[in-house]
Amino acid sequence: MGMEEIFTASVFASAIRLATPYIFAALGETFAQRSGVLNLGVDGIMLMGAFSGFYAVYVAQQAETMSEPVSLLFGVVVALIVGGLMGLAMAFVSVTLKAKQGISGIGVFLFGFGLSELLFQQWVGTPKSIQGFHRIDFPILTDLPIVGEIFFHHNLLVYVAFALVPVSAFVLNRTTFGLMIRAVGQNPEAADAMGVSVARVRYATTIIGGIMAGLAGASLSIALIKLFQQNLTAGQGFIAVALVYFGGWRPWAVAAGAMLFSFVNALQLQIKVIDAAIPSEFAVMAPYVITIIALIFASKRQEQPTALTKPYERGE
Amino acid sequence: MNKVAGLTQLAISSRFSRLIDFSPVVIALLLALVVSSVLLLALSADPIAAYSAMLEGAIGTENATAETLVKATPLLFVGIGITIAFRGGMINIGGEGQMIAGALAGTTIALVLGDLRIAPEFAKEKGAFDLIIVTLSLIGGFLAGALYGGLAGFLKAYFDVNEILSTIMLNQIAVQMMNFLLNGILLDPAEAGFNNIPKTARLVTAAQLPRLSLPIGDPFLFARTRLHWGLIIAIALAVIIYIFLWRTSLGYRIRAVGENQRAASFAGINVKRQMMFSMFLAGGFAGLAGVVQVLGLQYRLQTDGSPAGFTGAAGFNGIVAALFGGLNPIGAIPAAAFFGGLLVGAQKMQRELGTPASLITAVNGLIVVFVVSSEIFIQQRSKRRVSVAEQAEDEEEKAKDDG
Amino acid sequence: MRKIRFVLIFCLFAWACLQSAAQAEVFRIAALMPSATNDLAFSQSMYDALAAIQEELGEEAFEFTIQDSAYIVDDAAVALRDWAASGKYQLVIAHGSQYGPIVEELATEFADVSFAWGTRQDTFGMDNVYSYAAASDEGGYFNGVLAAHLTESGVVGLVGPIEVGDGKLYADGFANGVASVDENIKVNIVFIGSFSDVPLATEAAEAHIANGADILTGTAQMVVGPIAVAVANDVLWFGSDASQDDLSEDIGVAFQIYKWEVLLLDMIANIKEGKLGGEYYKLTLENEGLVMEFDKDFVASEALLAIAEETIASIVSGDIVPIPEMAEEMMDEDDSEDEGDGG
Repeated sequence: MGMEEIFTASVFASAIRLATPYIFAALGETFAQRSGVLNLGVDGIMLMGAFSGFYAVYVAQQAETMSEPVSLLFGVVVALIVGGLMGLAMAFVSVTLKAKQGISGIGVFLFGFGLSELLFQQWVGTPKSIQGFHRIDFPILTDLPIVGEIFFHHNLLVYVAFALVPVSAFVLNRTTFGLMIRAVGQNPEAADAMGVSVARVRYATTIIGGIMAGLAGASLSIALIKLFQQNLTAGQGFIAVALVYFGGWRPWAVAAGAMLFSFVNALQLQIKVIDAAIPSEFAVMAPYVITIIALIFASKRQEQPTALTKPYERGE
Repeated sequence: MNKVAGLTQLAISSRFSRLIDFSPVVIALLLALVVSSVLLLALSADPIAAYSAMLEGAIGTENATAETLVKATPLLFVGIGITIAFRGGMINIGGEGQMIAGALAGTTIALVLGDLRIAPEFAKEKGAFDLIIVTLSLIGGFLAGALYGGLAGFLKAYFDVNEILSTIMLNQIAVQMMNFLLNGILLDPAEAGFNNIPKTARLVTAAQLPRLSLPIGDPFLFARTRLHWGLIIAIALAVIIYIFLWRTSLGYRIRAVGENQRAASFAGINVKRQMMFSMFLAGGFAGLAGVVQVLGLQYRLQTDGSPAGFTGAAGFNGIVAALFGGLNPIGAIPAAAFFGGLLVGAQKMQRELGTPASLITAVNGLIVVFVVSSEIFIQQRSKRRVSVAEQAEDEEEKAKDDG
Repeated sequence: MRKIRFVLIFCLFAWACLQSAAQAEVFRIAALMPSATNDLAFSQSMYDALAAIQEELGEEAFEFTIQDSAYIVDDAAVALRDWAASGKYQLVIAHGSQYGPIVEELATEFADVSFAWGTRQDTFGMDNVYSYAAASDEGGYFNGVLAAHLTESGVVGLVGPIEVGDGKLYADGFANGVASVDENIKVNIVFIGSFSDVPLATEAAEAHIANGADILTGTAQMVVGPIAVAVANDVLWFGSDASQDDLSEDIGVAFQIYKWEVLLLDMIANIKEGKLGGEYYKLTLENEGLVMEFDKDFVASEALLAIAEETIASIVSGDIVPIPEMAEEMMDEDDSEDEGDGG
């Protein structure tokens, strides 16, 4: 098999789609971690976002009270709210109640994992399809050879995810809010002394993280796959957390990690499609191995937010 | 030396206060029960009946109690390892992968030695327990898990690869490795054929960890259950690791790195080596959890192809057990038993009342969140005591620095 | 003294008889399943079968209880033992080949309880174990033949879970079915390494389409993703295990449906007569445990219907063997078993 058979335009397009939920979730987690909150419950929040978004669209389309675009917007908003609420719960537990973040995150994950499936069983039953986000047809651009297929052949949420990368980088690095986030994560005592409310900033970032995780779930259930099933995310939330470390808490690098991981995944699928002789176990393993190896060779001298996982206690 | 003794005393006293202040945990549990009752009522299930089914499933009968302990055994092994890792400042999410690595190595050793040492005609003979095979298999499982965990420690120490990232990735790699090997060279020869199930051959009796019963009553208590010696090994190791962490200088160094890397490095401790060492030990205990599941319980390594299919998510739940145990190996014992009971009882609830498995997962999540949140109330109570003690520690350190 | 003892024994006997008579009225099955009962696949097929039997026999004569999502293999041991020890169930079903070793152990201990497990051809030589399997290669072959006739691009794609068991049988049957019509048609097969990873299965389906596939098929619960891809790209879908009609809109062609009730009813009848096991059942097209169902929205041409009927008839008559290697292997096994018995 030749290189041109493996590195096709469709593989790049596939990588972009696969990366979308990771980018949403990992960017959100970047905000939370930059302020010092490790949220290991991302996968649970994604599942709740995926279910609630799907269910909202499903109900709206069954009732036929809304036009299709409105029902999709409704689904996105519901997923954002549910994700935000889960983020709020996580913030309350880890900021106000100062619970150990690793463990409370696992609790949030289990809760979201179980509840999303329970509600799905009770309210929907078996997997049902909906009219989700369609691929956008750009005039001229979509018809361009190769470039069109790779970049101009996706649904709206894919573009939103990638647009959020520069936005996140800008917010974190160039705004007062971003400065506050970094200060709170790096040196909460100093931030507090300067009049920044550590708790309020951490609430904000954890809720942002929840909203983005909800959006990540919705990007699966109403845009990329267009249905819900138990454990729809299949552990993507945990990979998203890992990608935050990969990117060293910098949005661009986090997104690059998501792209690398997704690209290898798309590539292994392509290789299997055209040549099934490779043991499938090794192909499935590839993205995980290569992500670790890439990080070994990447030059990285960024400091972890020193206050990560440490609840802030005033006057210590 | 004096300082180590002082710290130990301090650790014991603060942990003792933890034990007597456990009322918030009870309140948190009650709260979780109330919320889950609402969920149960919403499903038009009777909460009282549900909880009594759960209790019955966890400790209602001799067999139920045994199953709770059987479920708790891997949680305890993993929990001990997680305790070491977290005490050493390493967040080990890789229990699943390390369990698999340990199980693969330990099972292979048990199978090979079983073939070598035991003539086939005696293989099925009862009571032919072979200490050498079992010991070597357990050691092999420990080492394989330890190397797998140590790899994450190595990557962290020398390549700055975050251990959360590497352990999450290594979990997936281990699962695929298991699927590959169980489908290939480790496949049960009797399965070799067109449509096989991924599993190894059954271990000969000599390579099995014996079942455990207590000399109470007739037949002996737990004689007709699946309880096995893994539990005793786990409890013994919990005690040993407790002593190791708080009574030896090696243990002290691990904790010193966990508490403050910079200070530890300043004090002349090789931080990188300690990081690797704590991950090595953590992986080793998860590896033991894996090999004991095979030698003590299933007698063969098999999977449905998913990570939890073999591990039962113990590599993951062990984290919860460790943290509930206050990151103390002794505390992990009741914590593991509690979670074992919760998991086993929850299944009984599904069988008795037809409540969906997903409800139980959600309720487990609630319990974790509520209990971990209740810790703040314990801390507030003991804060005064601890702060006094910390002051003493600071002064001691200052005195040492001055000297 | 002796008289009292006699009376006592008689009373006990009478009580035992009454007990068993009372129990005989309701037949109770307990079943353990690896995934959710609403997975549109393997677990749902068993749940549907049990529900169908209850429909047929009535709730007063048949009851069943289940534990689903038991993907943790070892948890099966707790559930199965609990059911076996309770004495409430005439038949305990372990619906997943990974549960086999546990059934083997329990069946020895609870010799008076009847167990059934699948999918596998192995009763462990025990009198109280039934085993069952589905010839999913037959349905795979059938789907393959139709797919070969319907493809225009000459490429068809299959998304499977892990390369074992039913999934592998179906895939091999499917590939052979396609090849029987036209060896030049490419069958691209991807096993994604998971039963439940919907996002990855979805992208695998996308990869198939990008490589020219105009027909998709697959097994396991994650195929809901590939089905959605088929719908979005307007390519045809062939399914297995349970009907996916609801989901496949107008692109579904045919589904291989497991009718476990066919063999379960036979087991129930056997158990009522006191035969607790020792028999192996296989769902086939011949015994109508496997049913090929066309999607309601699919309009098949006369020619295609004829081919479909002919294919089924040939498989039933044995003129077509979906996977020849497997048939040979089974023949070898039978031979060696005979030899063993003789010696």
